[in-house]
Amino acid sequence: MIHLVIVAVLVVISTVALGLFLTNAPLMPFQASQQAQVVDDLMDIHWWFIAFFISLIVVFLLYSVIVFRRRKGERGDGAYMEGNQRLEILWTIIPVGIVLWFAVIGGQTLADVERRDPEAITVSVFAAQWNWRFEYSVTTEEGVVTAIASDTLVLPKNRQVVLRLHSDDVIHSFYVPEFRIKQDVLPGGPEFVRELRITPNQNGTFKVLCAEICGRLHYDMQAEVQVVDGSEFDAWLKEQSGECNLTDAECGQRWAETYGCLACHSLDGTVVVGPSWQGIFGSQEQLTDGSTVVVEEEYIRNSILDPNAQIVAMFQPGIMPQNFAQILSEDQINQIIAFIMSLQ
Amino acid sequence: MRFFSTGLFRGLIAQILGTIVGMAFVMAVRVVMRLPLDLSDPKVFEPVMVVGVIFGALAFLIGVGSFDGWFNWARGQATSDDISPDPAKPNWMRYFSVDYDHKVIGIQYGVTSILLLGFGGLMAMFFRTELASSGITFLSSDIWETILGYSGPHLFNTMMSLHGIVMIASILLGVGALSNYLVPLLIGANDMAFPRLNSFAFWVTVPGAIILVSSMFFGGFDTGWVGYPPLSLRAPLGMQMFLIGVYLVGLSSIAGAINVIVTVLTMRAKGMTMFKMPIFAWAALATAFIQFTATQLIGLSFQLIMLERLLGMKFFDATAGGDPILYQHLFWFYSHPAVYVFVLPGLGVISELLPVFARKPLYGYRWVALSSLGIALIGFFVWAHHMFASGMSPYLRIPFMYATLLVAVPTGVKFFSWVGTLWQAKLTLPTPMLFVLGAIVIFLLGGVTGPPLGTIATDLHLHDTYYVVGHFHNTMFGGYIFPFFAAIYYWFPKMTGRMYSERLGKLHFWLMWPAFMVLTIGMLFLGLQGMRRRVVDYDPELGFDLTHLIMTIAGYVIFASVLICLYNIIRSARRGAEAKGNVWNSRSPEWQISSPPPLHAYPQPFEVTGEPYDYGLPNSTYVKMSPAVGGAPAVGVASPQE
Repeated sequence: MIHLVIVAVLVVISTVALGLFLTNAPLMPFQASQQAQVVDDLMDIHWWFIAFFISLIVVFLLYSVIVFRRRKGERGDGAYMEGNQRLEILWTIIPVGIVLWFAVIGGQTLADVERRDPEAITVSVFAAQWNWRFEYSVTTEEGVVTAIASDTLVLPKNRQVVLRLHSDDVIHSFYVPEFRIKQDVLPGGPEFVRELRITPNQNGTFKVLCAEICGRLHYDMQAEVQVVDGSEFDAWLKEQSGECNLTDAECGQRWAETYGCLACHSLDGTVVVGPSWQGIFGSQEQLTDGSTVVVEEEYIRNSILDPNAQIVAMFQPGIMPQNFAQILSEDQINQIIAFIMSLQ
Repeated sequence: MRFFSTGLFRGLIAQILGTIVGMAFVMAVRVVMRLPLDLSDPKVFEPVMVVGVIFGALAFLIGVGSFDGWFNWARGQATSDDISPDPAKPNWMRYFSVDYDHKVIGIQYGVTSILLLGFGGLMAMFFRTELASSGITFLSSDIWETILGYSGPHLFNTMMSLHGIVMIASILLGVGALSNYLVPLLIGANDMAFPRLNSFAFWVTVPGAIILVSSMFFGGFDTGWVGYPPLSLRAPLGMQMFLIGVYLVGLSSIAGAINVIVTVLTMRAKGMTMFKMPIFAWAALATAFIQFTATQLIGLSFQLIMLERLLGMKFFDATAGGDPILYQHLFWFYSHPAVYVFVLPGLGVISELLPVFARKPLYGYRWVALSSLGIALIGFFVWAHHMFASGMSPYLRIPFMYATLLVAVPTGVKFFSWVGTLWQAKLTLPTPMLFVLGAIVIFLLGGVTGPPLGTIATDLHLHDTYYVVGHFHNTMFGGYIFPFFAAIYYWFPKMTGRMYSERLGKLHFWLMWPAFMVLTIGMLFLGLQGMRRRVVDYDPELGFDLTHLIMTIAGYVIFASVLICLYNIIRSARRGAEAKGNVWNSRSPEWQISSPPPLHAYPQPFEVTGEPYDYGLPNSTYVKMSPAVGGAPAVGVASPQE
């Protein structure tokens, strides 16, 4: 009996020490959304149960190893105990109660995480190997609805945003550790669009990461998230919805960044996935079928609209998205070509 | 060279020839059908190679002699039930040829399993070296380009994927080793119920493993071991090798499971009721039920990917009416219960060994036995907890959360029973017991890190991070790796008749256990911090470099400790001190006969006269041997008085 009392005291001490450590140590990343608050609160409940069960088993085990160890020269067996039906029932029923309670609060926290705000703004997220693109729809003063594309996810603070997630190719997953929640992004059109609701509550710059393996550059599939005050967000939207008033080449650079071209085409001569754009204009390249082409406007346009038609030797077909004809306007393609021409 | 007349050698030659014949066959069909013949085009090469490889696997089985018995039957020739080896051939040749003795097959499984464990471990060493610091350095070396034709991120993805699936194959074979070697010995049967099927189940894994590993040389694959479409539809040819390899290993799993079920249910010794079986037999039975009923689903899902790649059937292509999430349901319907296939035998080993070294009865035997069945049953209703973030129907997540959390209940029963067994024991701590206790602590860590993944809200943060990797490695090391080594050390004297080096065994444990704890706590911590899994590189600004460096060093220590174990096994098998009689003073029947066991372990059947684990009950025995002809003891050992 004295053994049990000692062990019980040790279990309590160990549980409190471990529980305080786990709930206070900086184990989670910065908390930047209302949903993160909910997730972290639930995690704290988990930590206390983790602390208790680790303590319970490990203290009993260590105590047995130390105290009930066979001494030198000792012979004979341990106490003859076959089991105890009541104890077995007890340690079946109590865990059933605990897990059911956990499942109930698990359901409640899920409801909190997914709570809908009717005022929420909508952002469309497009994932493709290996870049993110974000589209906002804005109604101008004249009542015209325009879409704004951005390679940065800019969000207003303290306002719920509904992300409508689309994939162009394989399954990706939208994940911002500081917001705590993630959702897979599925290919296949409207039926497969999934929603994720986030209410950022801290200003700052974070990263969207792809959390579902999606091929070669999966590790590098990321984009910036900026959480700004509401007024700043409105100003940003207004600025973006204007026409591109820069030179053609500068606009082209903006589209190349926005639409993810630069994830695979470098500007400094290194080969990432596709050919580097540096000095490519005017160069002569050999194609996989043996013929050669000079890289000029027409070839670039064709390669954007139908990427697999004329592949330069040493590159793989089937990697570049084939839907730029639907995504980019005629002007945007011309401006991208102007940008490539400027990279001598 | 005697090796050239072994079944294995003949099988390998046949596999090469079969592959060539298969490829030629497809080319011939293509010629007849006037299809393109340019093999440098992947679209042409893929079907040619896939059919070639399938032919090769069949040819291996014919070459090795797996089908000989059935061919003879088909020809109307008599087949003998005599399994005694050809005295003209040296004993070692039995292990490289088709042999129907369950002890030989068990060791064949075990050695193949350890080879795959080594390969999977090597993969881990390579990519852990890469992960030791941020930036891509080690794997982008030109050497890889020369050997494999690719390097950098794709090589990382391939190695990471292969590490996962090769380890799974290794574990399935290790489970086969345990149940084949031990089940008949423990229940007093002289062999498994279907020796030919048993031998087939082992040999089919050999071409399976070869094809699986060959995926590295066919461009690799970058999907992880889960192979989710549409990514797996776009991956290089290595993907197909992965699918075929796993398919064959799965076939082995199903065939092996039938054998275990029938053997346990019908071939027990006289007086051995179900609740008087050694507890490992219960674990093996529960495992076999899962393997027998769930493995088909991974075969099916992989087959669908193969067909979609080869014939353009659009099962998972959403743009053509298919559904990528369907695959995930089919895949996890096997792959979740599969983790219980991996851990139940290990937990059985823990329950089997604890009473021997605690010198006490297994606390609550019936509850432990039934908890294995309980885990196996609940395991079938939890698969979609892998898919909380997948975009499946949102409300479906709730029932899966309830079912998932319920797994904690039968698992908890096991922990409490182990603690009850240790309470007021007379413990000794030789190497097998150290591994058992180490396993309990690690599996505990795997258990308690599970519920945060079970409640959906916290899973939305932790899913696809290193936290999952840490949780999974805890369950695998605690539920399989440590118990597997415990079993190797415990039954080594039985298998070889020699003693392993206790000093090296303890060194193995005291290197591996702390190193694994460091590795896994590092994984759990990084996962909580939001480090994604399956990435070759990470942002240095996150400050993960030091943690990764420590984890890599811990990984090296684990690998080194396993090498020490292998050295110990190989050296002791040749030169270890002779192990006489009942080394561990166990009540179990296999320790009442000579070591290694004779060809027919129990020429005279024994009778069960008591409970298996009544240590501490004076004058009780578990089994009573019938009067023996040879030198085996006539009466089972009573509670030890030494």
